[in-house]
Amino acid sequence: MSTRLASHGRLINRARALSFTFNGKVMSGFEGDSLAASLLANDQMLMGRSFKYHRPRGVLASGGEEPNALINLGVESGFEPNARATTTETFSGLTAASQNHFPSLEFDVGAINSKLSRFLPAGFYYKMFIHPRSFWKHIYEPIIRHSAGLGKAPKARDQDSYEHYYHHCEVMVVGGGIAGLQAAQSAAATGVRVLLVEQTAHWGGRAPVDGVTIDGLAAEDWVAQTLAELAACDNVVIRNRTQGSGVYDHGYALAYERIADHTPGDGRPRHRLWRVRCKQIVTATGAIERPLSFAGNDIPGVMLASAVRDYVVNFAVSPGDRTVVVTNNDDAYRTALCLLEAGLEVPLIVDARPEGGGALMEAVQASGIRVALGRGIAKVKGGKRVTGVQICAQAGEGSVLEEVACDVVAMSGGWSPVVHLWSHCGGKLIWDADQAMFRPDPDQPPLGADGAGFVKVAGLANGHLRSAPVLEDAAEQGRAVGRAAGGKVQKAAVPAAMDAEEVALSPVWLMPQGASYALRSKAWLDFQNDVKVSDVQLAAQEGFESVEHAKRYTTLGMATDQGKLSNINGLAILSKSLNAPIPDVGTTTFRPPYTPISMASLAGEARGELFQPVRKTPMHAWHDSHGADWEPVGGWRRPYAYLRGSETVAQAVEREVINTREKLGFLDASTLGKIIVKGPDAGKFLDMMYTNMMSNLQPGRCRYGLMCSENGFLSDDGVVARIDEQTWLCHTTSGGADRIHAHMEEWLQTEWWDWKVWVVNVTEQLAQVAVVGPNARKLLEKLGGMDVSAERLPFMAWADGTIAGIDCRAYRISFSGELSYEIAVPANQGLVFWEMLMEAGAEFGAMPYGTECLHILRAEKGFIMIGDETDGTVIPQDLGLSWAISKKKDDFLGKRAQQRSFMDNPDRWQLVGLETLDGSVLEDGAYAIAEGSNANGQGNTQGRVTSTYYSPTLGKGIAMGLVHNGPERMGEVIYFTKIGTNPVQAKIVSPVFYDPEGEKANV
Amino acid sequence: MKRNSVFAVAREAMRQHSGWGRTWGNPEAKKAYDVVIIGAGGHGLATAYYLGKNFGITNVAVIEKGWLGGGNTGRNTTIIRSNYLQDPSAALYEKARSLYETMSQDLNYNVMFSPRGVMMLAQTHHEVRGYQRTAHANSLQGVKTEFISPARVKELCPIINIDGPRYSVLGALWQARGGSARHDAVAWGYARACTDMGMHILQKTEVTGITQSGGNVTGVDTSRGHIACKKLGMVVAGHASVVANMAGFQLPIESVPLQALVSEPIKPCMDVVVMANTVHGYMSQSDKGEMVIGGGTDAYNAYTQRGSFHHLEETVRALIETFPMVSRLKMLRHWGGIVDVTGDRSPILSKTPLGNTFINCGWGTGGFKAIPGSGWGFAELMAKGESPLTDQFGLDRFRAGRFIDESVAAGVAH
Amino acid sequence: MLILNCPYCGCYKDETELSAGGEAHLKRFGPGASDAEFEGYLFGRVNPKGVHFERWRCASGCGKWFHAARCTATLEVFGTYKAQTLKPPQAIKDAISAKRPGWTWRDFS
Repeated sequence: MSTRLASHGRLINRARALSFTFNGKVMSGFEGDSLAASLLANDQMLMGRSFKYHRPRGVLASGGEEPNALINLGVESGFEPNARATTTETFSGLTAASQNHFPSLEFDVGAINSKLSRFLPAGFYYKMFIHPRSFWKHIYEPIIRHSAGLGKAPKARDQDSYEHYYHHCEVMVVGGGIAGLQAAQSAAATGVRVLLVEQTAHWGGRAPVDGVTIDGLAAEDWVAQTLAELAACDNVVIRNRTQGSGVYDHGYALAYERIADHTPGDGRPRHRLWRVRCKQIVTATGAIERPLSFAGNDIPGVMLASAVRDYVVNFAVSPGDRTVVVTNNDDAYRTALCLLEAGLEVPLIVDARPEGGGALMEAVQASGIRVALGRGIAKVKGGKRVTGVQICAQAGEGSVLEEVACDVVAMSGGWSPVVHLWSHCGGKLIWDADQAMFRPDPDQPPLGADGAGFVKVAGLANGHLRSAPVLEDAAEQGRAVGRAAGGKVQKAAVPAAMDAEEVALSPVWLMPQGASYALRSKAWLDFQNDVKVSDVQLAAQEGFESVEHAKRYTTLGMATDQGKLSNINGLAILSKSLNAPIPDVGTTTFRPPYTPISMASLAGEARGELFQPVRKTPMHAWHDSHGADWEPVGGWRRPYAYLRGSETVAQAVEREVINTREKLGFLDASTLGKIIVKGPDAGKFLDMMYTNMMSNLQPGRCRYGLMCSENGFLSDDGVVARIDEQTWLCHTTSGGADRIHAHMEEWLQTEWWDWKVWVVNVTEQLAQVAVVGPNARKLLEKLGGMDVSAERLPFMAWADGTIAGIDCRAYRISFSGELSYEIAVPANQGLVFWEMLMEAGAEFGAMPYGTECLHILRAEKGFIMIGDETDGTVIPQDLGLSWAISKKKDDFLGKRAQQRSFMDNPDRWQLVGLETLDGSVLEDGAYAIAEGSNANGQGNTQGRVTSTYYSPTLGKGIAMGLVHNGPERMGEVIYFTKIGTNPVQAKIVSPVFYDPEGEKANV
Repeated sequence: MKRNSVFAVAREAMRQHSGWGRTWGNPEAKKAYDVVIIGAGGHGLATAYYLGKNFGITNVAVIEKGWLGGGNTGRNTTIIRSNYLQDPSAALYEKARSLYETMSQDLNYNVMFSPRGVMMLAQTHHEVRGYQRTAHANSLQGVKTEFISPARVKELCPIINIDGPRYSVLGALWQARGGSARHDAVAWGYARACTDMGMHILQKTEVTGITQSGGNVTGVDTSRGHIACKKLGMVVAGHASVVANMAGFQLPIESVPLQALVSEPIKPCMDVVVMANTVHGYMSQSDKGEMVIGGGTDAYNAYTQRGSFHHLEETVRALIETFPMVSRLKMLRHWGGIVDVTGDRSPILSKTPLGNTFINCGWGTGGFKAIPGSGWGFAELMAKGESPLTDQFGLDRFRAGRFIDESVAAGVAH
Repeated sequence: MLILNCPYCGCYKDETELSAGGEAHLKRFGPGASDAEFEGYLFGRVNPKGVHFERWRCASGCGKWFHAARCTATLEVFGTYKAQTLKPPQAIKDAISAKRPGWTWRDFS
């Protein structure tokens, strides 16, 4: 039986009872409880099932290292799988359910795996399920997948909000135990800004549980006093429920604050991710107690000795009535003393050390508790709950000397410093043989931007197990980081801590040391993943000698606790199997985060509307309220078409094309990039940027230009207008403005930095409307203002003026083949201008048109579209654009590249028009089929479709494509692929399908 | 070597598994081999395997600085697909995919190849056209793919939000016989088979120099002394430039960190592999139940096996947008590898300026899926001096301007 | 998560405020260059494990390009300097020599 005690419970508030449910059963707890404590108080030791064998699992630990007590927490949009009961604060209304079993926690058919465990050793799946081939995917794998996993998959959309927080300080201290508090205080005393974080809701760590006194005060009082002092410092920020989760290069660190996990629905963000930039970090992250490896150490009721006393002291919870303590060190005797003081029974202490321990042992013996020296546990008896232990000689092979009835086994195999944060960014470890632990090697710290170490470790985490040296170390590290971060160190006394004397532990990696196979195959290393001593030994036997191989072969340390309890024990077994010293075998890599953190916290606020905020033109809202069917383009959204009534998208597009060709259409062209290039050398610069000549363009005129990458490929196009002697305005594609602007800046700054040129991206300063169609001029003349006549503003000219009183710049350019003006107005006039056009244009049949109409209009004219005709592998010569490549210029970006053998070769796929013989529309991306197949058995090709549309103007399918030597093959009929059916015949024609003479635009 | 089977496991279960021998050897190095391969990752081991299996060349040493399979082979997100656009890529990756189909049986080692299907979401019209183009190309390349509707996407992967507010799903390129495999097992299975053929895998052996004479390599200096060879293959991924530098030539390669992460394990909720290139995220669920998530590369050179954190934030944002249920999962672990990225993002399987030396590198973010095909083709190149699988992947293409550019269809992630 | 000092702004910038631009001090080869020179310029990369010179842009700050001398194995930064130069300043080279005696990188040492 586990139950609530009448005494103890320093963290709970007995005045505030809370009601919650576990597997549908209503239970009660107290404010301040962890869920694990609440469950134990309700005699719920069985909390889950293991991963592989579905063995019954009880709570083992009391903190973030817990491997077993994982639960499905909450429901619906507040559901979270794999929540750790030990780090979940109980709150009123909490709903918890155990995981990984069917049909119930008490009776799980998956537990058959445990009976079959001898057939399922480490790596069994690599050796089985090979034949027949199809069975893996259809039979074996589904069974394995179903029995694996742990918690349920969330289904509903997350109800909570999350946020990111930036924090800049000189020193970050991770860990709110006495070491962290002292380090923070010493660092803060140097005058630097300090951030102190503690992952739990409580300060002080183990010291208050373990009866430490500091400067004559009980640890609890010293902690409260120190915390108050820190809180009063202007240069200190302190946060509990905030875990130092990861340390990254150059003094970047992550802290994970669980703001509202224990107060769901109170309107606060659930989690906050702190992105900390600091100069120095102190990790005062304490240590984790190691389990001992004996048969049956996974049976519910076997717990870490420190956890047993945590539950008693902190939560007034007795894990059981009769507790056998088994240890290789003095610390576990504290558990016996604590249980005694709580009035519980300790029938026996099993100490593997022949000589036993020091003062703590003597105190225990003085209380009349029997201590068996040089003994070990041969086997734990019980199924879903411990019923007793069999005692043997630690030096032997497991012959049972006696049996002791008990319902709890409190085990301690010594302590492992929490070195994760130290190691995340490259800090190295040394093996401390005296204390049987890896601890940070101060000579090999993680290195910062300046090449010096930026992390220091204090207290237990640094290998100091006694509280006096812990405080001395913490004070020293705190001063050191303060100094390194620019603070001034003041002399200050270090508080003196007192605790019981201890004698050295004796490393025990297997109990008894000569345990038989039968015992070893029941001695768990990794409790969640079901890895036993025999599994690691089998891995070594099979040649998995690297610690990484052994880990991956057995899955040791790969569970959700990431091996916090199992890694060192497993490593020791491996090293013994290999007959190699532990430090030679080494550890696996520590990777962030320290314990799992919510995905949502990583995303922060950037979800839903804020995921990737949409760039909006001044007319965006108008489009939205006039039937726009949106299409994402770069960061923008553009109307694909404007739907009217019950129209389909295709019908809308057809209507827009015909209306624009016959009457008048408006396109919101504001997304087009607009870059001003200015200066005495601007012409020379543009001659390098574009394949054609821009320096000889006359002010008042426009020219279509092509840009290539230095690797020769076409990267962008657009119309360039010369504004005055020293000023050009370059239009880019909608997606290209930022990229081309950056590209220009890069060349100006890094290659031609002596050229006098200034480049400014004015894309968002201007709204731009294409006024297109035979009625375009009539409309502008009606609106009144500048002279837009063919004489005053001829094709490929531009002029400044006003239209209907709005300042504008009008370009006579056309991407549609129709009479067209592209009119730029100040962005804040864009909507007014657009609405004015719509209103005045009504009598001329004006309609807005979208991007698909734009595409069809340009395809009918044989104009290329960057991204359709080009894909990063196409050069201008492939597109019949040789006319736009200056022969006069010595150099431009891409010129040398295009002289390479594969490019300077007429034998390429080149742009043509394509028309199916039956008038149908070729499929997007279709390939032109050639005879035969290549050396790899692939069908040969001779071209491909780059753009294909139904042309409403011509009433048939039209396409452009790149065909091998295409322009020389006019009239030839070739075959194109059609998915799921026979190839389609298409004739090679000119890519200009509409108005080949260009008469429509030039009026 | 003992055959693996359910019967062997049952027999061993009766004798406490005492009869299992070493999976691969731990031999003393010989003074000379016919062929030395530097790098015992998947590609290096597969090369050795096919040198032996297809060409009878078994006097081979595979030299590894650390532990076999410990580089990108053991760090990737294990996606296998061959729906590439360009012919040379499709040939190589489809060869690899087809070899994965039978790898467990060929190697007598269960690599858990699971053709659960791979879908690449199209979330812009541009992407739709790109994937439709790939489907057409694949139809002639002998690669079975199809472009599927949003409804079919939802049916195959119910946890996808196809009506996302920012980028709704417009369709997907679907390769039903794509999938995933157990990455470590691929390296272990090849290592076991190579050992079976008498080859030497020399782990914890660092190459420190390359000895040459008259334009040919004569051997390698290693931490175990000099090892002579008649032919040398360099298959060291992120360290390709470092090894090439020892041999005196430079590569069109940049080494950058690439990251990945996994969630805690949950019960099966996603049977297929999904890649969403518009938002830059891809995810699958492992047999253990973890959601396996690929992140982005850093833009700067680094040889640290960790990357910059903000890439993970970007990736997770994209995934929550695509799969809202991810929001309430927890990240268990994230890690990084060093990937070797070439000037055209396609790999290099090539002769080198040294007559008897060959290089296999540049797999960037997408090498795992290619392992068997890469080994097959590279072994042929090393044995015969040419291979139809590799002949377009030579170093000479960077001089000629003849690139193999997959970015057209694949976006960033491979 | 690198942090670099922008030599124009004169202050430290988080990596997320910067954009990386690849190897520094590349000499551009244009028309007239040999195929080998042009290939080397576009694709040949030192890609060293150790001391490296690379380009960065203060993308979310002043917009200027600058160079950093950095170790690709430890990520230590030896110094940053403005991009408008053909070689690293002597002070930067001295800083590297102090930490990595005997270093070389292309023609620099």
